[in-house]
Amino acid sequence: MAETLQFDLVSPERLLASVEAREVKIPGAEGDLTAMPDHSPLITTLRPGLVTVSGAQGETVYAVTGGFAEINPGSISVLAERAIPRDELSQEQFKELVDEATAKLTKAQETFQNEPGPVDDAAKLLADMVAMGDDIGLRSN
Amino acid sequence: MPNLKDLKNRIASVKSTRKITKAMQMVAAAKLRRAQDAAEMARPYAERFTAVMSKLAASVGDAENAPRLLSGTGKDDVQLLVVMTAERGLCGGFNSNIARLARIEIEKLKAEGKTVKILTVGKKGRDALKRDHADLYIDHVDMSDVRNVGYADAQKIAKNVLDRFDNGEFDVAKIFFSEFENVVTQKPTIQQVIPFDVPETDEDDSDTFYDFEPGEEEILRDLLPRGVAMAIFSGLLENGASEQGARMSAMDNATRNAGEMIDKLTIEYNRSRQAVITNELIEIISGAEAL
Repeated sequence: MAETLQFDLVSPERLLASVEAREVKIPGAEGDLTAMPDHSPLITTLRPGLVTVSGAQGETVYAVTGGFAEINPGSISVLAERAIPRDELSQEQFKELVDEATAKLTKAQETFQNEPGPVDDAAKLLADMVAMGDDIGLRSN
Repeated sequence: MPNLKDLKNRIASVKSTRKITKAMQMVAAAKLRRAQDAAEMARPYAERFTAVMSKLAASVGDAENAPRLLSGTGKDDVQLLVVMTAERGLCGGFNSNIARLARIEIEKLKAEGKTVKILTVGKKGRDALKRDHADLYIDHVDMSDVRNVGYADAQKIAKNVLDRFDNGEFDVAKIFFSEFENVVTQKPTIQQVIPFDVPETDEDDSDTFYDFEPGEEEILRDLLPRGVAMAIFSGLLENGASEQGARMSAMDNATRNAGEMIDKLTIEYNRSRQAVITNELIEIISGAEAL
C-alpha cells in the first residue's frame, strides 16, 4: 500500500500547493472527512472550513471558502475558489469573508422571501464561516 | 523643392514617434510575459475542473432533471453574446478581429431568425458594436480600472450572465475572445458557456467509479455556475495575453516603419541640402564668368 498520496490545492488563479501527504482532512459539504492513501474515489463539494494536510514536513492548514475536492486512491485535488494559508489569514481578511457571507444572506432574504432554500443555504454558509473563525481563534464581528 | 526646415521638423517628429512606439513595444513585451504567466498559473485549476466536470456529466448523463445550465432550456431562440475585448486600442487588429467575428455571428443568427443580445466587456468592443447594433446591446462590464485580471472579475461577469439566465432572458450564451497562439497569431474564438459544453471524457479512466457527496445533481448544480465563471476567466486571461501580444507586434511594425521613414526623409533632406549648395555654386561661378 502506498504510504502517501499526492495533494494538490489549486485556486483559479494559481496552484497553491502540491505535496506528498500522509493524510488530508477536508471540510466536506456533508461533514469533515479525512483522505488517506487508497481512499475510494470520491467527488465532494466543500463548505467553508479548514483543510489540514499532514505530511513529512508536519501539518499545514489552509482556510477555504468553498469549492470541491476529487479524491482518488493515490491523489487528492482540492479546487477552492479562495484558499489562504491559516497563518496568513488576518483578522481583517476574515472579517471581509464574514461580511461577504452576511451580505449574501441579507440579499437571499430579500430576493427569496417565500423560498426557504436559498436563504437556508446562505445562512449555513455564514454559520460555517463563523465556525471556521472560532476554530482558528478569529472574531467574526 | 521641399523646404529644408520643414524636412528637418518632419524628421524630428517621426523620431519622437519612433521613441514612443518603441517604448510601448517594450512595455507590451513585459506585460505579455506577466499575462502569459497568469494564463499558465490558471491552467491546473481549469484542467482538473474540466476532468471532474466530464466525469460528473458522464454519470448524470441525459437525466431529465439535469440542471438547466447543462441541458439548456430546450430552445435556442434568444442568444446572448458576451463580447470580450480590450480597454485600449493601439494593438493592431486585436479588437476589430473580435468585433468582426461577433458581427458575422450576429448576422448569421439574425438570418436564422434568432433574437440576439449583446453584452460587452471592455470599452473597445462596446464602441465597435454599439455603432451597428445599438438595439441589441443590453449591458456593458467596465474593466478600465482593473489592472490585473483576477478571478473575482470573472465572477462578477459570470454573475451578471447567470442572473440574466435565471430571469429567462436568454437560452444560449456564447463568449467571444481571442485565443493566444503566439505573439503574431491570435485567434478570435467563440465558446458556448450556457448550456455548458462538456468535453469528452478520456476512455482510459472512465471505468473508475466515483462516489458523490452530496448527490451528482447537487454537485453539478454547484459546479456549473463555477464552470461559467471559469470559462470567462480563462477567456479573459487569453484575451490579456493576446492583447499584449498584438500590441507588441503592432508597435514593432510601427517602430520599423518609423525607422524606414526617417531613412527616407534623411536622404531627401541631404539631397535637398546638396541641391541648395550646388545651386549657390552655379550662381557664384556663372557670376564670376560673366565678369
